[in-house]
Amino acid sequence: MEAFSYVAAATGLTGEEAKAAQAASSAGFAYGLAAIGPGIGIGYLVGKSVEAMARQPEAAGMVRTTMFLGIAFTEALALIGFVVFILIGL
Amino acid sequence: MIAESFEFPEINAILRWQDIFVSFNKIALIAVAAAVIGIVVFLLAGRKDASVAPKGVRNLAEVSVEFIEDGIVMQTMGKSGLGWTPFLLSLFVFIYLCNVPGIIPLIQMPATARMAIPMFLALLVWVIYNGVGLKHQGIKYITHTIWPPGVPVALKPLVGVIEFISNIIVRPFSLTVRLFANMLAGHILLVTFALLTQALITAETMQFLLKPMAVLPFGMLVFLTAFEVLVAFLQAYIFTILTAVYIGGAAHPEH
Repeated sequence: MEAFSYVAAATGLTGEEAKAAQAASSAGFAYGLAAIGPGIGIGYLVGKSVEAMARQPEAAGMVRTTMFLGIAFTEALALIGFVVFILIGL
Repeated sequence: MIAESFEFPEINAILRWQDIFVSFNKIALIAVAAAVIGIVVFLLAGRKDASVAPKGVRNLAEVSVEFIEDGIVMQTMGKSGLGWTPFLLSLFVFIYLCNVPGIIPLIQMPATARMAIPMFLALLVWVIYNGVGLKHQGIKYITHTIWPPGVPVALKPLVGVIEFISNIIVRPFSLTVRLFANMLAGHILLVTFALLTQALITAETMQFLLKPMAVLPFGMLVFLTAFEVLVAFLQAYIFTILTAVYIGGAAHPEH
């Protein structure tokens, strides 16, 4: 809360406005941070799946299904970050 | 600043039957239309003669049934799960038809970009997979869910809490949020680039290069619309396949 008062003193905003400004900028950070892990995860996952499909094209269907399942689970973290981003931003 | 120059109507004000159905808005209209279109298409397909070569709506219906059987049921539940095809097919068709209005011009609102529809679909799936588990395994379903076979006794309290949270609480939540947030994110992206294009075109400026710049966000808008076609299909597919996995896991825990 002290940080808000510093920002308020520096920019001439009231406490509530400063809080809203902080919330807006931290919402961006929240989403950006939430996207790092799933980004790496999905990249690794799809890369490995493509490798598997290239090695064994007859198993491509099964690998693809499992890949989509994995993507769905990994992606959930990024999407929760997106929801938090909206909740903070509002 | 840009968004403020645009007056967005309230979601309930776009379409409202006052005093009769106060909450019957655009989302509800899209959801009802999705349900009706799906039912009508499959009823029409079902009335066609099955002995001649399929064409038209029957072709479409057969392709989608085959897709559900080969692409989802056989991959996740095996032969014993084929009885679930009707349920999974209606789930898939309904979600897909709710997603697609997100890219149809003049409508451009996926019905699943509001929390209510994904949430109730996820709750339905939750009730069904728990019901299937209790029916197939009886009371053992609960112990199997909380303690997977082979857990050491010392770890049972810890594993029990983790498994309970992840199987009973997080599953419907993540099912909801995955569909809802994907569709909402796509919708917001489309809105952002549409507004950017509009703002650049109508900008009052002396910079003569600024207005032609509107081509860039417009190109991005076209690209994202094409991307949303893919996302609408993929999210319906993922929701359906996760449902199949949950039901299959509850019915036959050894898989």
